[in-house]
Amino acid sequence: MRGEVRELLLAALAESGNPSSVHGFGQRAKLRLEEARDRIAGALGCDRAEVIFTSGGTEANNLAVFGLFEARNKSGERPIILCLGTEHHAVLEAAEFLESERGAEVHLIPVNTSGQPDLVWLSEALEVFGDRVALVSAILANNETGTVLDISAVTAVCKRLQIPVHSDAVAAVGHCQINFSESGLSTMALTGHKIGGPVGIGALIVGRSVALKQQLRGGSQERNLRPGTQDVAGAEALALAVELSVAELAQNRAHWEALRGRLIAGVVAAVPDAVLVGESADSPVGVRLSNIVDVVFPGCAGDSLLFMLDSAGVAISNGSACSAGVTSASHVLVALGYSNRDAASCVRVSFGRETTGADIDAFLAALPSAHAKAKLAGFTAL
Amino acid sequence: MSGGVDSAVAAARAVEAGHEVVGVHLALSRNSGTLRTGSRGCCTIEDSMDAQRAAGVLGIPFYVWDFSDRFKAEVVDDFIAEYSAGRTPNPCMRCNERIKFAALLEKALALGFDAICTGHYAEVLTNADGELELHRSPALAKDQSYVLGVLTTDELARVLFPIGASADKASVRAEAEARGLSVANKPDSYDICFIPEGDTADWLGEKVGIQPGVIEDREGNVVGDHEGAHGFTVGQRRGLHLGRPAADGKPRFVLEVRTKENKVIVGPHDALAIAEFSSERYTWCGAAPKQPTEWFDCLVQIRAHGDALPAMAAVVDGVLTVRLVEPVFGLATGQTAVLYLGTRVLGQFTVDNTVSAVPAGVGAEA
Repeated sequence: MRGEVRELLLAALAESGNPSSVHGFGQRAKLRLEEARDRIAGALGCDRAEVIFTSGGTEANNLAVFGLFEARNKSGERPIILCLGTEHHAVLEAAEFLESERGAEVHLIPVNTSGQPDLVWLSEALEVFGDRVALVSAILANNETGTVLDISAVTAVCKRLQIPVHSDAVAAVGHCQINFSESGLSTMALTGHKIGGPVGIGALIVGRSVALKQQLRGGSQERNLRPGTQDVAGAEALALAVELSVAELAQNRAHWEALRGRLIAGVVAAVPDAVLVGESADSPVGVRLSNIVDVVFPGCAGDSLLFMLDSAGVAISNGSACSAGVTSASHVLVALGYSNRDAASCVRVSFGRETTGADIDAFLAALPSAHAKAKLAGFTAL
Repeated sequence: MSGGVDSAVAAARAVEAGHEVVGVHLALSRNSGTLRTGSRGCCTIEDSMDAQRAAGVLGIPFYVWDFSDRFKAEVVDDFIAEYSAGRTPNPCMRCNERIKFAALLEKALALGFDAICTGHYAEVLTNADGELELHRSPALAKDQSYVLGVLTTDELARVLFPIGASADKASVRAEAEARGLSVANKPDSYDICFIPEGDTADWLGEKVGIQPGVIEDREGNVVGDHEGAHGFTVGQRRGLHLGRPAADGKPRFVLEVRTKENKVIVGPHDALAIAEFSSERYTWCGAAPKQPTEWFDCLVQIRAHGDALPAMAAVVDGVLTVRLVEPVFGLATGQTAVLYLGTRVLGQFTVDNTVSAVPAGVGAEA
């Protein structure tokens, strides 16, 4: 957590009051909560009433997918969900659940090797499906590959049939300019801990006119969409983190671009057959996350590389670890058309605000030996 | 680190001995259960987390390495294939042979490690000639030298069994408790890790498909029927549900499982007596005998927790052959026989052929 946010959070935790209480303490808490809402709305270009606080990105994405589906498919009239295969599991598994348990039909929008959706396909699919589509979901910035979508182009395709579009912006906030009102989106998810805020607080931005079914019951908080006593201190900390990350966007981006260039040049020099993911020529310049480099090292198991680099004091990640700690082949790379083996040979290097050129050099210094040993170890799968 | 008490204490002792230790948990299943059930001792998320917690207490790095594809191909599929062929395999042994001390060791060596340290109960000792030998653990009730019989000389040089010389399990548990390892009171595991509920026959039935067939005596008379030959093991007496008693009134036992014909052959207890058995598939553990083609005295163990039986052994025309001093009852092909010289493991083989102590016809039903 960033220092400024931590200090604000600690101070805020010392304040008492439930914003739903009518007495003075409650009223003051309510005031602070609503100020936090205002500030998030200001930073993301939405109406203050559109900010719905949640426990984080997973809940926000679940609320969007389930909530839109249930609101629009009350009697089975709109069972279709269109989304990308590169979505975070919080969207994909929510959609898969609706398909297996609630009669949804999930269709994956094809993507090219850098993760950009095929909008011609989408347009044609919408013609075919007509008014049977409950929602479209398209992740704004991919947390593994760094691919950023032109989300307005997606919403433009869906606009004619007034199909709500949800976007997971967890990895996008603080990295791309976001203006919710201009995006054409119906809902958008974000979380605190990805931008130097606390874990356990996030938000779903829900357009004023969007029909969304609440998923929890037991209170009227957050426009009835998310019952439960609000986390005022968390909301204030989230607001500060969002504001800071948006304000520093250009500056951070320049810093990360420089680190990225240095890292890519070093990786290509050390391992000529390394494949940079999401960097193909058809990816519009300047519209990708500058703090992520996703690399396939052919012939190396990602977990071997991760172990070797971790031993050298360099923390990188690969795929997504399940609860047992097994890192599985990245579903995102598989969705981009990479083989299972290449998807299991992938490591993701990401930078934060405090990452320095020396950190990049430490990675590059550890890479040749790590790569050689990982290649020697090969794959445990047959 | 399985998540059990033995590997946790082994890791602790390795750290204390000054080794640079990294904890590794093997993921052997793609869809592991969340919580441990019954007496299966590993392979659930709870076990993985127990292992991680133990590593945390010891202050060592911890990783989960995915060997699930390899485990399925080399252990689970092999287990099914062996049963389907009417043999009785030992999957723990196969796992040691193909996964723990093979695939894992290879990966570890490639990544720069020197050795694999596990919580097995067995000792690696150096003899007067400087050769490595595998010996039984002094904790005889927990001794695992049998399932380690597959280790080769090269592998013996790359393994550490820090708790192998422990007197008993209780002392290992007490040590875990004293070290603040939360797994100290975790129950022992007995069952085959990949078979839920410990019901091997049911699980195999699902995998190989159940086909009813007949039970015959040695003369080919149909004496009953069964719901799938895979559910039977040589030496088994219970669960045969034979319609009519044998002419001599004596109980009958499974003598043979002919999976190709889906037949189970039964007969009197005498007919189970095996005097000699052999295999071309054998390995020596540590130094091989100087003159393996000449008969030598040894002990042979045919089950993980069975007795060591006095015997003679020799390699005859490329076939390792064992002659027992006293016949043993109910030895099935596919079982692993481990040869011992005193407490030392000399080698192992998978039983391919058995020779009955009682020639057919003698003592058969009239």
